[in-house]
Amino acid sequence: MKLIFEKSVPGRRCAILPACDVPKVELPAELKREAAPMLPEMSEVDVSRHYTELNQHVHGVNCGFYPLGSCTMKYNPRIDEEMASLPGFASVHPLAPKAAVEGCAEVIETAKKYLCEITGMADMTFQPAAGAHGEFTGVLLIKQYHDSRNDKARTKIIVPDSAHGTNPATAAMCGYQVVNIPSAPDGCVDLDALKAVLGPDTAGLMLTNPNTVGIFDENILEITRLVHEAGGLCYYDGANLNAVMGVVRPGDMGFDCVHLNLHKTFATPHGGGGPGAGAVGCKAFLAPFLPHSALMEEPGHIQVRGFRGNFLVVVRALAYLLTLGREGVPEAAQNAVLNANYLMQRIKGTFTPAFDRICMHEFVLDLSEFKKATGVSALDVAKSLIDYGMHPPTMYFPLIVHEALMLEPTETESKETLDWAAEVFRALYELGYKDPAFMHAAPHNAQIGRPDEVKAARNPIVRYTKA
Amino acid sequence: MTFNPDLKYSKSHEWVRMDGDVAVIGISDFAQDALGDLVFVNLPQVGDDVTAGEAFGDVESVKAVSDLMSPVTGTVCEINEELLDAPENLNNDPYGAWIIKVDNITDTEELLDAAAYEAHCATEA
Repeated sequence: MKLIFEKSVPGRRCAILPACDVPKVELPAELKREAAPMLPEMSEVDVSRHYTELNQHVHGVNCGFYPLGSCTMKYNPRIDEEMASLPGFASVHPLAPKAAVEGCAEVIETAKKYLCEITGMADMTFQPAAGAHGEFTGVLLIKQYHDSRNDKARTKIIVPDSAHGTNPATAAMCGYQVVNIPSAPDGCVDLDALKAVLGPDTAGLMLTNPNTVGIFDENILEITRLVHEAGGLCYYDGANLNAVMGVVRPGDMGFDCVHLNLHKTFATPHGGGGPGAGAVGCKAFLAPFLPHSALMEEPGHIQVRGFRGNFLVVVRALAYLLTLGREGVPEAAQNAVLNANYLMQRIKGTFTPAFDRICMHEFVLDLSEFKKATGVSALDVAKSLIDYGMHPPTMYFPLIVHEALMLEPTETESKETLDWAAEVFRALYELGYKDPAFMHAAPHNAQIGRPDEVKAARNPIVRYTKA
Repeated sequence: MTFNPDLKYSKSHEWVRMDGDVAVIGISDFAQDALGDLVFVNLPQVGDDVTAGEAFGDVESVKAVSDLMSPVTGTVCEINEELLDAPENLNNDPYGAWIIKVDNITDTEELLDAAAYEAHCATEA
């Protein structure tokens, strides 16, 4: 399809503005740009059709099953969107006087209270714009804590090899040396490997629990105790909170600070580039280092983002929590775990789970035996799923599993959908033995089948220039 | 999958060829196949020290970024600059496309011959 710039016709407009009835005022020359910006010029109907066509090219949760492991692509209730659309929230100005935004302040305070209860934390900021930004803010809290005690020797952050790639990146961006530790054969933290790297130079540990292969690390209390004993702090990556929210609290596991992806676990649609909210919670002793996000504070406080962050994401999170309630939040987590285990058991017997045990909210398939037998790779299976109207699972991650496909069905899928998905996987497993060539060439019915990923990585064209 | 019999291999899938006192280092056919199509290579600079068992650079494929581990301790005396513009050479000719050359070698990790390395890969696949 054509780019919107290629559809542009000079002079075409969406609206005819009335004639100007006030005197024209010229801007000073130094404030004027030299050339007019290159904006597409189109009629309203063509703009509408352009974006509708784009919409038809993508697969969202509203189109079908989306078991993208580690991403929690669950359906987000419309009521949360409706609350965020209320004019009092949607049209609020960040500089509005305090008296005009008391409702917004209450939303922030209430959401903070509930999310602190869910995480076992004492205080929270909603400023960070997304998960990685939250990680960065959280690790800066750890750094600030050590600095405040004049403990300059702590230069290392420990990250397990199953971690999300943003963890080591965060530690490095905060000026720490990253120490990678290998996982034990069961995918959990290898306690001996952890003990071997702990010491007076340990600033902290970054961990997801349940971890990236969908397993709850049963040694978590021992892990956080060991880190604290060495003088380090423990950072909880909230990427996988959907499996345990309302059931077990990171604070009780021994973590000192956490980030939550509100745009993932708490009802803001994601995957489209934002906006998100990487709320960061911490225990009381770290609270003095938090960026301030309460409404209407005096300027001059530490901020990691303008104003109060992406406020409407917080509105959706609060609406979500209020509609689910105290019983509904843990029930959602339990159903996420139940759905993942059900789907894993249904697929077992064809593709092989990498860890044959009860999983949490997601599980990993290891297709290396299948690939050896048929020549069909995890990529080929993922591409073939597209023809069935299913979004492929996460591929080749975590790196500790070869030919990995990671599935996270989430709590919002019905048994019928899971049964259907299991049948699709069974059909593809059988097809791999019968007609591998067909799968190498999949997808056969998609708008775009196999884009040149090497070219896209090496020579990305991210800006339109007129030919 | 090929295993060049003239080379020694590390368990982290680098190969080594001794050229007099100089170690020529690359990645194995198994490694390039597991990584998938490579898009970027990060190399050290000539004169940098490398340590056996530690990363000396990394490669990025369409799947992931992976460290390149040095099988020897020494000093980088030459880098294959061609790879910066053509990382696909590692996919197309893994045993021809060397990555770095190291001299002043003071330590070498335990290396495998082709048969032992092939057996090692069989356990990893």
